[in-house]
Amino acid sequence: MESQQTVGQRAFFSEQPPVGSNERSLARIDRAWDGDGAGQSTSAKRWAQGLGLFSIGLGLAELLVPEDVARLIGAKSDARTRTTLRALGARELLSGVGILAQSTNPRWLWARLGGDLIDVAMLSTTLAAEPGSARGVAATAAVLGVAALDGLTAAELSREEAVREGPLPNALHVVAAVTVNRPPEEVYRFWHNFENLPSFMSHLESVRVEGDQSHWRAKLPPGLHLHWSAEIVEDKPNECISWRSLPGGLLQNHGRVAFRPAPGDRGTEVHVALHFEPLAGALGRAFGKALGSLPTQQLRGDLKRFKQVMETGSTTKAGEP
Amino acid sequence: MKANCWMGAKKVSVERVPDPQIMNPRDAILRVTSTAICGSDLHLFNGFIPTMERGDIIGHEFMGEVMEVGAEVKELKPGDRVVVPFTIACGSCYSCQRQLFSLCENSNPNSWMAEKLWGHSPSGLFGYSHMLGGYAGGQAEFVRVPFADVGALKVPSTLSDEQVLFLSDIFPTGYMGADFCNIQRGDVIAVWGAGPVGLLAMASARLLGAERVIAIDRVPYRLKLAKEKANATDVINYEHGDVYEALMELTAGRGPDACIDAVGMEAHAHGPMYMLDLAKQSAMIETDRPLALREAIRCVRNGGIVSVIGVYGGFIDTFPMGAVVNRGLTIRAAQTPVQRYMRPLLERIERGEIDPSFVISHRMSLDEAPHGFDMFLRKRDQCEKVVLKAA
Repeated sequence: MESQQTVGQRAFFSEQPPVGSNERSLARIDRAWDGDGAGQSTSAKRWAQGLGLFSIGLGLAELLVPEDVARLIGAKSDARTRTTLRALGARELLSGVGILAQSTNPRWLWARLGGDLIDVAMLSTTLAAEPGSARGVAATAAVLGVAALDGLTAAELSREEAVREGPLPNALHVVAAVTVNRPPEEVYRFWHNFENLPSFMSHLESVRVEGDQSHWRAKLPPGLHLHWSAEIVEDKPNECISWRSLPGGLLQNHGRVAFRPAPGDRGTEVHVALHFEPLAGALGRAFGKALGSLPTQQLRGDLKRFKQVMETGSTTKAGEP
Repeated sequence: MKANCWMGAKKVSVERVPDPQIMNPRDAILRVTSTAICGSDLHLFNGFIPTMERGDIIGHEFMGEVMEVGAEVKELKPGDRVVVPFTIACGSCYSCQRQLFSLCENSNPNSWMAEKLWGHSPSGLFGYSHMLGGYAGGQAEFVRVPFADVGALKVPSTLSDEQVLFLSDIFPTGYMGADFCNIQRGDVIAVWGAGPVGLLAMASARLLGAERVIAIDRVPYRLKLAKEKANATDVINYEHGDVYEALMELTAGRGPDACIDAVGMEAHAHGPMYMLDLAKQSAMIETDRPLALREAIRCVRNGGIVSVIGVYGGFIDTFPMGAVVNRGLTIRAAQTPVQRYMRPLLERIERGEIDPSFVISHRMSLDEAPHGFDMFLRKRDQCEKVVLKAA
């Protein structure tokens, strides 16, 4: 079982119940640790905005004074050229507005890059008609320069978008660990009875053990339930337990918990890894998405509660019952 | 029951709320007899502590009578008269077993919030934001005390409420501030802030053998209390002169052997640095104004100790790390592990070595809590410490 997590940091907050206006103040805290007081504006976004403005300016010029633009790029100012330039101007205007309205969306800039390539193709036919036209060469060079900027900015925005969205919630792999101030034998013994798990795993409703098999029942956010049965595949007393769901259940998953003595009589290190297989169909995707916004912090919370149960006898509660 | 509730920045009011109930077999329910307004409640009042919610019951200095105990409470029974530490601690985790009760690993069910802000979570506290557990506080007629055997300390009927109430927070906190200073023969201790915690730090420093204790504040009646009640040997009013110059004069250029910051995140001062910190705090560039802390670091002698018992919440700017490193300073700070200090300090009170009730300036009923906050905040009528009689 690999031990990397597939879920990005951004999941941390969405899974917790919102607590008043705390989200905002805690988001500021994140930026303080990162040393980024400025917030969201990236340099790629600023470049995109500049290119959007440039696009609008060029588009307006092509639409309103096509004959001047034609002269500038060394083309004949006939009716056909003017019509072409007006069409190109409308395209520039559209992509300019699109870029400004969604300056973190790379698609508008990729589209703009496509437009640049059409422009270059057209300019090269002009150049072919009038070889050596200084204005034609300059205009082509300028378009190529802008195309390079479009391409670089679009690539950076695409990269940022990928980082923002994180990997798709297909298979889900979550790891977390906690140190419990009790000996490994005691910690192992409690975990080994799977019927104890719902006392600290907040999304588990019940686990029933029958011989070699256990039957799990989990709560889903919109009042739904999910059942599966599992079997133990590895069991080393006081060291580790692995289990996997039996074929046929909707949620195929396996998990492993390892117990190691913590150094200097600090109790037991408990390392947990959970793995959920991707689910089939639309329901599966929806469920995957719901799970995708949970895992690491959820499991960490579960392990904190496990520690509370082991060290103090039950989970810690505050607030109104 | 009635309880004093946080209703948003700059507003508290006494509301009717449901009575507390046993939620865990290790809980006890107390009928509160006396409770107090703490200087750190003013940080809540002013809206500087994140994750407060409208309607939260505040108050973390309280005592009372045990009404009901959970099935697993062994040391207490109904009728016992107890003082409760503001730090909630389980008594069985690694930190508690090392007497670091304010770092209990199990008492904050909202530890993920504190981990966001501080990297790791300290213990839960009564009535001090959701980030620190979301526990209902003790400025109320009744309060639920989790881990009651570890927290509540039985007090003898020979001592009055006022003599023992401050074992809940400010006496151990002031004492810890002096304890951090590792006081040796001939030591001079400077204390920034002559509020209740500062006064108890001064008195504790003298108890622990400090040669001289210098009180620094700007409020004349507080400096008077420092000298007359808290055994300070010298006072400096920073509105009348430069603190650094005055301290160098008083210590012949050595600087105090240890400096105690009993001011915290909402310090006042003079000059452009104060204006700058005020502006940065308003703009959320820094969360705390560390003016007293900076001055304490500047003034302490080479190799000295800076003991921080004022409350800080988050991030500060322009921290003089160069002075700390190059002059070999030690900075010690904590929320007080109250459970560790309570019993020995109760013994000091019983032996008559100190009576912490000297800080009290006002007594009123729980209903008057909002008025008490206003007086304490504005330092009206020479307000130093407000005790609320809940029953």
